[in-house]
Amino acid sequence: MKATLVLVAVLLAAGSAFAASEADYKAAYAAAEAANKEAGQLRNQWTTTASTLAAAKKAGDAGDFDKAVEAAREAEALAKASIFQATSEKTLWKEMEIR
Amino acid sequence: MASTIRVRATNNGEITEVQALIQHPMDSGFVKDSKGEIIPPHFIQQLTFEYDGKPVFVADWGGGVSKDPYVKFAFKGGKKGDELKVSWVDNKGATDSNTAKIG
Amino acid sequence: MMKLRSAICFGLSALALAALAFALPAGAADKIDPVADAKAFKKFFYDKFPKLKPEDFVNGPYSMDEGLHKQWVEKEQFPPYEFAVEAGKEMFTKPFKNGKTYEDCFPNKGIGIRQNYPYFDEKEGKVITLELALNRCREANGEAPYSYVKDEMAALTAYMAFTSRGKPMDIKIPDDPRALAAYEQGKEYFYTRRGQLNFACSTCHVQSPGERIRTEVLAPALGIMNAMPIYRSEWSGMGTTSRRYVTCNSQVRGVPFNPQDDEYRNVEYYLSYVSNGLPISGPGARP
Repeated sequence: MKATLVLVAVLLAAGSAFAASEADYKAAYAAAEAANKEAGQLRNQWTTTASTLAAAKKAGDAGDFDKAVEAAREAEALAKASIFQATSEKTLWKEMEIR
Repeated sequence: MASTIRVRATNNGEITEVQALIQHPMDSGFVKDSKGEIIPPHFIQQLTFEYDGKPVFVADWGGGVSKDPYVKFAFKGGKKGDELKVSWVDNKGATDSNTAKIG
Repeated sequence: MMKLRSAICFGLSALALAALAFALPAGAADKIDPVADAKAFKKFFYDKFPKLKPEDFVNGPYSMDEGLHKQWVEKEQFPPYEFAVEAGKEMFTKPFKNGKTYEDCFPNKGIGIRQNYPYFDEKEGKVITLELALNRCREANGEAPYSYVKDEMAALTAYMAFTSRGKPMDIKIPDDPRALAAYEQGKEYFYTRRGQLNFACSTCHVQSPGERIRTEVLAPALGIMNAMPIYRSEWSGMGTTSRRYVTCNSQVRGVPFNPQDDEYRNVEYYLSYVSNGLPISGPGARP
């Protein structure tokens, strides 16, 4: 039982040890794009999100789906961080203000 | 057309201090424009300051000098009221010159 | 893996929000008080740099560093912005296709008025900057607008700034809730962290004036608009306020807005107002 749990844990940690498919890439890219769009509505996108998305698309177009998925996930993390920045700064900015 | 060279020279007895501002694109030939094409090299190759018929400062420039270069130097000699001549030649063969009275 | 990362993100958000709930004092929202803000703003910088006179702040990094100051004083005898000012003057008086000139669009023919910009237009309900006013002048006279980040706009604003040299910045905030809101939004923009590098304008210009970022000496926020537009050696030419706002954003890895978007006009309004009374030093020369 314990060995199985350990094996499952290792497999989960390994994550994308198995080759990604085009469908995986398209899903990851769509998620990243959606998050970046939301960041855009908050008027707080990062330049690195855009360049990482572009890198994902480039890899995807070339058929390197492992690389494309990795880049898309990175882009989504960056986009989500920019959303977090925008929402938290709505109140945090006052702490920087000279009073 | 107005000169591309603005020059001012002041003498304090022994030394004459000279400043000049020259209007020139000084394109190195390594920069690309927005279309991705190289902007051809266009820069001053020689700059000469002359006093009393003799050169007091000569510069051999290349594309590494920035746009609209500013030069400042000092030379021993020079008298108030005398003329200082400045001239340049660029890689396209164009030239310009100007004079200033030493103040 | 993806779900784990999302979970971490959301977890952090929840934690941060919870922390904020304890940190923020309960109570009514603060009243917008530009007069008090400006007083506090000036006091902060005067206290931080007691050896400087108020008018020194408009020279940015040159008042922060002795070596830079010496070089600048020498260069001011033959300033690099001369060509742009002359070009601007020529453009200002050259007729449009319909025979009119920029002089017809501005009070006093555009001479000595730069210190009144930006202003709040109560009919339109928005902040009007000098750059915006210039392009509106062009469009009203059948000409295509200029790019806000290129040489022509830079030359025009350089000329107008030059005619106002020495005049005190004189920005007005009418007693109109929309004007106060625009001012406040400008202030919020100034202090808000953005970009992957997580910098606010204040990170450099309030927390670190006089210190270096890479090789550049940072300017204080007080008086920073008074020197605009600026001939930057880095740009090998004159650049507009719009250009500076856009490049500052991308330098901290934030996607810039469009020149003259609300945020930019409002922050220009805020920064100019809190520097009221300090002399116009534009156009400036900067490294």
